[in-house]
Amino acid sequence: MSTYSALPDGDLVRACRAGDADAWNELVERFSRYVYAIAVRGFRLSEEDAEDVFQDVFTRIYLRLDTLRDDSAVRPWIAQLTRRRCLDALSSKGREMSADEDTLMAEESADLTDVEEAFAVREALGGLSDNCQDILDRFFAQDQSYRTIAAELEIPSGTIASRIARCLARLKEQLEGRNQGPERSRG
Amino acid sequence: MTHFSNEERLGVLLRLLRPAPAGWVRAAQELPAARRTFDEIVARAEADIAFRKALLADLEHALTAEGYEPDRRVLDEIRVRLTND
Repeated sequence: MSTYSALPDGDLVRACRAGDADAWNELVERFSRYVYAIAVRGFRLSEEDAEDVFQDVFTRIYLRLDTLRDDSAVRPWIAQLTRRRCLDALSSKGREMSADEDTLMAEESADLTDVEEAFAVREALGGLSDNCQDILDRFFAQDQSYRTIAAELEIPSGTIASRIARCLARLKEQLEGRNQGPERSRG
Repeated sequence: MTHFSNEERLGVLLRLLRPAPAGWVRAAQELPAARRTFDEIVARAEADIAFRKALLADLEHALTAEGYEPDRRVLDEIRVRLTND
Protein backbone atom coordinates (compact mmCIF):
# COMPACT_ATOMS: atom_id res chain seq x y z
CA MET A 1 0.00 0.00 0.00
CA SER A 2 1.52 3.35 -0.98
CA THR A 3 1.59 6.43 1.24
CA TYR A 4 -0.79 8.04 -1.17
CA SER A 5 -3.47 5.36 -0.99
CA ALA A 6 -4.50 6.65 2.45
CA LEU A 7 -4.77 10.27 1.33
CA PRO A 8 -8.26 11.77 1.19
CA ASP A 9 -9.39 12.73 -2.31
CA GLY A 10 -8.88 16.46 -1.74
CA ASP A 11 -5.26 16.06 -0.60
CA LEU A 12 -4.55 13.72 -3.47
CA VAL A 13 -5.90 16.25 -5.98
CA ARG A 14 -3.74 19.00 -4.47
CA ALA A 15 -0.66 16.78 -4.72
CA CYS A 16 -1.47 15.98 -8.37
CA ARG A 17 -1.88 19.66 -9.12
CA ALA A 18 1.56 20.29 -7.62
CA GLY A 19 3.00 17.87 -10.20
CA ASP A 20 3.55 14.89 -7.89
CA ALA A 21 3.87 11.87 -10.19
CA ASP A 22 3.15 9.33 -7.44
CA ALA A 23 -0.03 11.18 -6.54
CA TRP A 24 -1.15 11.06 -10.17
CA ASN A 25 -0.45 7.30 -10.25
CA GLU A 26 -2.62 6.87 -7.17
CA LEU A 27 -5.42 9.02 -8.59
CA VAL A 28 -5.52 6.87 -11.73
CA GLU A 29 -5.39 3.71 -9.61
CA ARG A 30 -8.15 4.96 -7.29
CA PHE A 31 -10.60 5.88 -10.04
CA SER A 32 -9.67 3.53 -12.89
CA ARG A 33 -12.19 0.84 -11.90
CA TYR A 34 -14.88 3.49 -11.45
CA VAL A 35 -14.38 5.05 -14.91
CA TYR A 36 -14.17 1.58 -16.46
CA ALA A 37 -17.37 0.44 -14.75
CA ILE A 38 -19.32 3.52 -15.83
CA ALA A 39 -18.25 2.99 -19.44
CA VAL A 40 -18.65 -0.77 -19.62
CA ARG A 41 -21.41 -1.50 -17.09
CA GLY A 42 -23.26 1.80 -17.03
CA PHE A 43 -23.22 2.58 -20.74
CA ARG A 44 -22.33 -0.85 -22.10
CA LEU A 45 -19.68 0.47 -24.43
CA SER A 46 -17.57 -1.97 -26.41
CA GLU A 47 -14.03 -2.49 -25.10
CA GLU A 48 -12.68 -0.41 -27.98
CA ASP A 49 -14.96 2.54 -27.25
CA ALA A 50 -14.46 2.12 -23.52
CA GLU A 51 -10.69 2.38 -23.98
CA ASP A 52 -11.06 5.64 -25.91
CA VAL A 53 -13.37 7.02 -23.24
CA PHE A 54 -11.07 5.83 -20.46
CA GLN A 55 -7.98 7.53 -21.89
CA ASP A 56 -9.86 10.64 -22.86
CA VAL A 57 -11.38 11.01 -19.39
CA PHE A 58 -7.99 10.75 -17.69
CA THR A 59 -6.51 13.20 -20.19
CA ARG A 60 -9.28 15.67 -19.38
CA ILE A 61 -8.79 15.13 -15.66
CA TYR A 62 -5.07 15.80 -16.03
CA LEU A 63 -5.52 18.90 -18.17
CA ARG A 64 -8.45 20.37 -16.25
CA LEU A 65 -7.54 19.61 -12.67
CA ASP A 66 -7.00 23.34 -12.13
CA THR A 67 -10.64 24.04 -12.96
CA LEU A 68 -11.99 21.82 -10.17
CA ARG A 69 -13.55 24.15 -7.61
CA ASP A 70 -13.84 21.72 -4.73
CA ASP A 71 -10.94 19.27 -4.57
CA SER A 72 -12.87 16.86 -2.38
CA ALA A 73 -15.58 16.63 -5.05
CA VAL A 74 -13.27 14.97 -7.54
CA ARG A 75 -15.32 11.77 -7.74
CA PRO A 76 -18.61 13.36 -8.87
CA TRP A 77 -16.58 15.48 -11.29
CA ILE A 78 -14.95 12.37 -12.76
CA ALA A 79 -18.34 10.67 -12.94
CA GLN A 80 -19.76 13.63 -14.84
CA LEU A 81 -16.81 13.76 -17.25
CA THR A 82 -17.13 10.03 -17.88
CA ARG A 83 -20.89 10.09 -18.41
CA ARG A 84 -20.60 12.97 -20.88
CA ARG A 85 -17.83 11.27 -22.78
CA CYS A 86 -19.82 8.00 -22.89
CA LEU A 87 -22.84 9.83 -24.28
CA ASP A 88 -20.59 11.43 -26.93
CA ALA A 89 -19.26 8.01 -27.85
CA LEU A 90 -22.75 6.60 -28.19
CA SER A 91 -24.06 9.49 -30.25
CA SER A 92 -21.04 9.47 -32.55
CA LYS A 93 -21.71 5.81 -33.24
CA GLY A 94 -25.40 6.50 -33.82
CA ARG A 95 -26.05 3.54 -31.62
CA GLU A 96 -28.91 1.37 -32.81
CA MET A 97 -31.51 0.95 -30.15
CA SER A 98 -32.57 -2.63 -29.71
CA ALA A 99 -35.39 -1.63 -27.39
CA ASP A 100 -37.37 1.44 -26.59
CA GLU A 101 -34.87 4.21 -25.83
CA ASP A 102 -36.57 5.20 -22.58
CA THR A 103 -36.35 1.66 -21.29
CA LEU A 104 -32.71 1.49 -22.25
CA MET A 105 -31.90 4.78 -20.54
CA ALA A 106 -33.73 3.62 -17.43
CA GLU A 107 -31.66 0.43 -17.39
CA GLU A 108 -28.45 2.40 -17.78
CA SER A 109 -29.43 4.72 -15.01
CA ALA A 110 -30.10 1.74 -12.72
CA ASP A 111 -26.68 0.34 -13.58
CA LEU A 112 -25.06 3.68 -12.84
CA THR A 113 -26.70 3.69 -9.43
CA ASP A 114 -25.19 0.27 -8.81
CA VAL A 115 -21.76 1.59 -9.84
CA GLU A 116 -22.09 4.39 -7.27
CA GLU A 117 -23.04 1.84 -4.60
CA ALA A 118 -20.16 -0.35 -5.68
CA PHE A 119 -17.75 2.54 -5.22
CA ALA A 120 -19.01 3.07 -1.68
CA VAL A 121 -18.43 -0.63 -1.00
CA ARG A 122 -14.95 -0.38 -2.49
CA GLU A 123 -14.14 2.56 -0.22
CA ALA A 124 -15.35 0.60 2.80
CA LEU A 125 -13.19 -2.31 1.67
CA GLY A 126 -10.21 -0.04 2.22
CA GLY A 127 -11.03 -0.08 5.94
CA LEU A 128 -10.49 -3.85 6.23
CA SER A 129 -7.21 -5.67 6.74
CA ASP A 130 -4.95 -6.10 3.72
CA ASN A 131 -5.69 -9.85 3.78
CA CYS A 132 -9.43 -9.28 3.61
CA GLN A 133 -9.10 -6.68 0.86
CA ASP A 134 -6.94 -9.01 -1.14
CA ILE A 135 -9.06 -12.13 -0.83
CA LEU A 136 -12.37 -10.35 -1.55
CA ASP A 137 -10.92 -8.55 -4.55
CA ARG A 138 -9.38 -11.71 -5.96
CA PHE A 139 -12.57 -13.73 -5.56
CA PHE A 140 -15.20 -11.19 -6.61
CA ALA A 141 -13.54 -8.60 -8.85
CA GLN A 142 -10.88 -10.76 -10.43
CA ASP A 143 -12.91 -13.99 -10.62
CA GLN A 144 -10.09 -16.08 -9.23
CA SER A 145 -10.93 -19.64 -8.21
CA TYR A 146 -10.40 -20.99 -4.69
CA ARG A 147 -7.48 -23.01 -6.07
CA THR A 148 -5.77 -19.96 -7.60
CA ILE A 149 -6.29 -17.86 -4.48
CA ALA A 150 -4.95 -20.65 -2.29
CA ALA A 151 -1.89 -21.11 -4.50
CA GLU A 152 -1.08 -17.40 -4.80
CA LEU A 153 -1.65 -16.56 -1.14
CA GLU A 154 -0.16 -19.86 0.05
CA ILE A 155 -3.10 -20.77 2.26
CA PRO A 156 -5.12 -24.03 2.36
CA SER A 157 -7.89 -23.99 -0.25
CA GLY A 158 -10.28 -25.51 2.29
CA THR A 159 -10.17 -22.29 4.30
CA ILE A 160 -10.94 -19.90 1.42
CA ALA A 161 -14.74 -20.05 1.66
CA SER A 162 -14.74 -19.37 5.40
CA ARG A 163 -12.21 -16.54 5.00
CA ILE A 164 -14.40 -14.93 2.32
CA ALA A 165 -17.48 -15.26 4.52
CA ARG A 166 -15.65 -13.72 7.47
CA CYS A 167 -14.32 -10.83 5.40
CA LEU A 168 -17.75 -10.17 3.87
CA ALA A 169 -19.25 -10.03 7.35
CA ARG A 170 -16.58 -7.48 8.35
CA LEU A 171 -17.26 -5.48 5.23
CA LYS A 172 -20.94 -5.43 6.05
CA GLU A 173 -20.16 -4.21 9.58
CA GLN A 174 -17.91 -1.54 8.15
CA LEU A 175 -20.66 -0.29 5.85
CA GLU A 176 -23.28 -0.40 8.57
CA GLY A 177 -20.95 1.62 10.79
CA ARG A 178 -20.64 4.21 8.05
CA ASN A 179 -24.38 4.41 7.57
CA GLN A 180 -25.09 4.78 11.27
CA GLY A 181 -22.28 7.05 12.38
CA PRO A 182 -20.90 10.24 10.91
CA GLU A 183 -19.91 9.66 7.33
CA ARG A 184 -16.23 8.86 7.02
CA SER A 185 -15.29 10.46 3.77
CA ARG A 186 -11.93 10.14 2.12
CA GLY A 187 -12.54 13.44 0.52
CA MET B 1 -28.53 6.10 2.40
CA THR B 2 -27.92 2.64 1.07
CA HIS B 3 -28.18 -0.33 3.40
CA PHE B 4 -26.15 -3.35 2.54
CA SER B 5 -28.45 -5.92 4.01
CA ASN B 6 -26.81 -9.10 2.87
CA GLU B 7 -23.49 -10.52 1.83
CA GLU B 8 -24.87 -11.68 -1.51
CA ARG B 9 -25.58 -8.09 -2.53
CA LEU B 10 -22.10 -7.08 -1.39
CA GLY B 11 -20.65 -9.75 -3.64
CA VAL B 12 -22.61 -8.39 -6.61
CA LEU B 13 -21.33 -4.88 -5.94
CA LEU B 14 -17.74 -6.04 -5.49
CA ARG B 15 -17.96 -7.75 -8.88
CA LEU B 16 -19.03 -4.49 -10.51
CA LEU B 17 -15.74 -2.69 -9.99
CA ARG B 18 -13.42 -4.96 -11.90
CA PRO B 19 -9.88 -3.84 -12.61
CA ALA B 20 -9.54 -1.90 -15.84
CA PRO B 21 -7.10 -3.54 -18.26
CA ALA B 22 -3.57 -3.03 -16.93
CA GLY B 23 -2.37 -1.43 -20.19
CA TRP B 24 -5.08 1.24 -19.99
CA VAL B 25 -4.16 2.09 -16.42
CA ARG B 26 -0.47 2.25 -17.27
CA ALA B 27 -1.14 4.53 -20.27
CA ALA B 28 -3.20 6.86 -18.08
CA GLN B 29 -0.47 6.91 -15.46
CA GLU B 30 2.06 7.82 -18.12
CA LEU B 31 -0.03 10.78 -19.27
CA PRO B 32 2.14 13.46 -17.64
CA ALA B 33 5.20 12.17 -19.52
CA ALA B 34 3.18 11.90 -22.74
CA ARG B 35 1.97 15.48 -22.34
CA ARG B 36 5.52 16.70 -21.82
CA THR B 37 6.52 14.96 -25.06
CA PHE B 38 3.55 16.52 -26.84
CA ASP B 39 4.39 20.02 -25.59
CA GLU B 40 8.03 19.59 -26.52
CA ILE B 41 7.22 18.44 -30.07
CA VAL B 42 4.71 21.21 -30.64
CA ALA B 43 7.14 23.84 -29.32
CA ARG B 44 9.86 22.51 -31.61
CA ALA B 45 7.51 22.48 -34.58
CA GLU B 46 6.61 26.11 -33.91
CA ALA B 47 10.26 27.16 -33.68
CA ASP B 48 11.78 24.99 -36.39
CA ILE B 49 10.23 25.22 -39.86
CA ALA B 50 12.18 22.25 -41.25
CA PHE B 51 11.02 20.05 -38.38
CA ARG B 52 7.46 21.19 -38.89
CA LYS B 53 7.64 20.39 -42.61
CA ALA B 54 9.03 16.94 -41.84
CA LEU B 55 6.19 16.33 -39.38
CA LEU B 56 3.59 17.39 -41.91
CA ALA B 57 5.14 15.17 -44.58
CA ASP B 58 5.33 12.00 -42.46
CA LEU B 59 4.55 12.47 -38.80
CA GLU B 60 5.44 9.04 -37.46
CA HIS B 61 8.63 8.74 -39.47
CA ALA B 62 9.81 12.22 -38.51
CA LEU B 63 9.20 11.61 -34.83
CA THR B 64 10.84 8.19 -34.83
CA ALA B 65 13.85 9.69 -36.61
CA GLU B 66 14.12 12.26 -33.83
CA GLY B 67 13.96 9.62 -31.12
CA TYR B 68 10.37 10.20 -29.99
CA GLU B 69 8.05 7.29 -29.32
CA PRO B 70 4.66 8.91 -28.87
CA ASP B 71 1.55 6.75 -28.57
CA ARG B 72 -1.41 6.86 -30.94
CA ARG B 73 -3.33 9.50 -28.99
CA VAL B 74 -0.39 11.88 -28.87
CA LEU B 75 0.14 11.35 -32.60
CA ASP B 76 -3.51 12.15 -33.27
CA GLU B 77 -3.29 15.30 -31.15
CA ILE B 78 -0.13 16.49 -32.85
CA ARG B 79 -1.71 15.86 -36.24
CA VAL B 80 -4.75 17.94 -35.27
CA ARG B 81 -2.57 20.67 -33.78
CA LEU B 82 -0.33 20.92 -36.86
CA THR B 83 -3.20 21.04 -39.32
CA ASN B 84 -5.04 23.65 -37.26
CA ASP B 85 -2.04 25.97 -36.91
